Amino acid sequence: MSVTLWTWIFVVLTFGTYITIAWRSRVRDTKGFYVAGQGVPTVANGAAVAADWMSAASFLSMAGIIAFAGYDGSVYLMGWTGGYVLLALLLAPYLRKFGKYTVPDFVGDRYSDTARLVAVVAAIFVSFTYVVGQMRGVGVVFSRFLETTTTIGILVGMAIVLFYAVLGGMKGITWTQVAQYSVLIVAYLIPAFAIAQQLTGMPIPHVSFGRVMTELDAMQRELGFDEYSSPFTNNSQLNVFLITASLMIGTAGLPHVIVRFYTTRSVRAARWSAFWALFFIALLYTTAPAVGVFAKYNLLETVAEQPRAEMPAWFDGWEETGLLAHDDLNDDGIIQYTPDEATNELTIDNDIMVLATPEVAGLPAPVIGLVVAGGLAAALSTASGLLLVISSSVAHDFYYRRLRPEATEKQRLLVGRIAMAGAVVIAGYFGANPPGFVAEVVALAFGLAAASFFPTIVLGIFWKRANAQGAVAGMAAGLTLTAAYMVGVLYLDMPELFGISPQGIGAIGAVINFVVTVAVTKATPPPPAHLQQLVDSVRYPSGVEVDTEEARR
Amino acid sequence: MSEADKRAYWRRNLRLMVTLLSVWFVVSYVFGILLVETLNRVVINDFPLGFWFAQQGSIVVFVVLIGIYAWRMDRLDEEFGVAEDREQLGGAR
Repeated sequence: MSVTLWTWIFVVLTFGTYITIAWRSRVRDTKGFYVAGQGVPTVANGAAVAADWMSAASFLSMAGIIAFAGYDGSVYLMGWTGGYVLLALLLAPYLRKFGKYTVPDFVGDRYSDTARLVAVVAAIFVSFTYVVGQMRGVGVVFSRFLETTTTIGILVGMAIVLFYAVLGGMKGITWTQVAQYSVLIVAYLIPAFAIAQQLTGMPIPHVSFGRVMTELDAMQRELGFDEYSSPFTNNSQLNVFLITASLMIGTAGLPHVIVRFYTTRSVRAARWSAFWALFFIALLYTTAPAVGVFAKYNLLETVAEQPRAEMPAWFDGWEETGLLAHDDLNDDGIIQYTPDEATNELTIDNDIMVLATPEVAGLPAPVIGLVVAGGLAAALSTASGLLLVISSSVAHDFYYRRLRPEATEKQRLLVGRIAMAGAVVIAGYFGANPPGFVAEVVALAFGLAAASFFPTIVLGIFWKRANAQGAVAGMAAGLTLTAAYMVGVLYLDMPELFGISPQGIGAIGAVINFVVTVAVTKATPPPPAHLQQLVDSVRYPSGVEVDTEEARR
Repeated sequence: MSEADKRAYWRRNLRLMVTLLSVWFVVSYVFGILLVETLNRVVINDFPLGFWFAQQGSIVVFVVLIGIYAWRMDRLDEEFGVAEDREQLGGAR
């Protein structure tokens, strides 16, 4: 059977599973819709967090980026996992104790309604930036493997997400994500283990890729590239440091990840959820560096200095999508791959590496179909989590909390569903007309999250004195300066200050947020006593549930 | 919970947090980035040590850190009599 047929089989099977799960977990109340009735078991919640958060960028792009960046790709590995330590220790248990629906809920109740509004804007902004990357991932997968156009691929993906997110809200999303995690992790590990066995005779990629890397280092030297394992070849030490920090702080500040810790049964369950989440994520993240090395090694081995005419079928397949190109500059029919732009004849898009590797390694067709299903699971699970944040920001934080506090449960649920449908359409449009690489766009969203939420929430928990004026000024300053720097450098030809890249600016934005919040707070009166009591109550696990509605009056 | 107990509980929580975050900083930023070139001179099982910390070692340590945190906090909760009912977790662990 052909690769395309196998791919269809896996895609139909997995999509069918997601839809069945969604139908069985449909909800009728807002608590079910936003926080799954706060009844998700710990391990399941961990798997859902892992799927929610491991996006098309983690599954499709990351190993590819690492394959080309070598050591410097570590920023993604450490940055995206290290943030969970911050999340688990500084945020998750306290937000669970607080026990509401959204991140702006906490910001609004802890500080003020103005702060809530800034948080709503930031949540929507961050989530949209992020969801675009997922849609591009869906498009890449469909256009290569299902022989449709990117646009049709995106439409199919959006229709599926719309179905299960609108129907089941957080509850439907959570259980679908548990299934999606299973699909994506199996799809990621099987080819990695198979290739490790093939290349080294030792099937555990985490242990055996060191030997392949030694050969890869030699190969890259020969072709005139820097060694794969040598540090700071693409990025300065300063940037590696700052990008790692931005991604860590950003991970801890991502609204669609934070809300996940509202869905657990207790504070204790929130802590263990964070553990299971990172455990499940680490299964993929410790495999990714091996996949990067194997992918690069196989690619160089197959392609570099070889005649174009002898390339296998996958080469033609990817050339048709435009994501791989051979431009025979010296007309010798051989593919020269060099670090010098004047003589290099091969261009490869980072995003194709994970998808192409099983084919390059000559793995059987079902494995390739499975990897495609895994890529789609990664993209769609994250997209659904993000759409829920956008929907709850509009329907809960804006419509209910600001516009119409007297709205009935039914009306709020309806507005939530309409907002979600609207968000799907907008996300689909941007997915079809994407502004850049999956991981690059996503990295920017992390920077924006780092500069806005994280400092505000952490200060809100650990510093009783922090007040509304400080939080509003801090978030506004952090977000504005970070966004301005990104736009300036990326689109307006502004020179980089001190050699800081746009991906690394989020860490600086977070520091600015911290400093401004503290300075403005010090210059203004302390928050009222009932807010200080609120802070007190979130610090201890059990006892009386905090009634913040009461506290606000 | 008395006022004194509350303060003690919070202080112990903070101390645990700071300890774990120090380890977090050392394995990632210090071993993986600041000292990577020095550590790379040590090669174990074909892996330069600094590179290994940056791409795998730090991640493994992160998982362990969160595990220690959740475990120690469970014990702290029990000690101060604020542990949440295990029944409530529905055997979730």
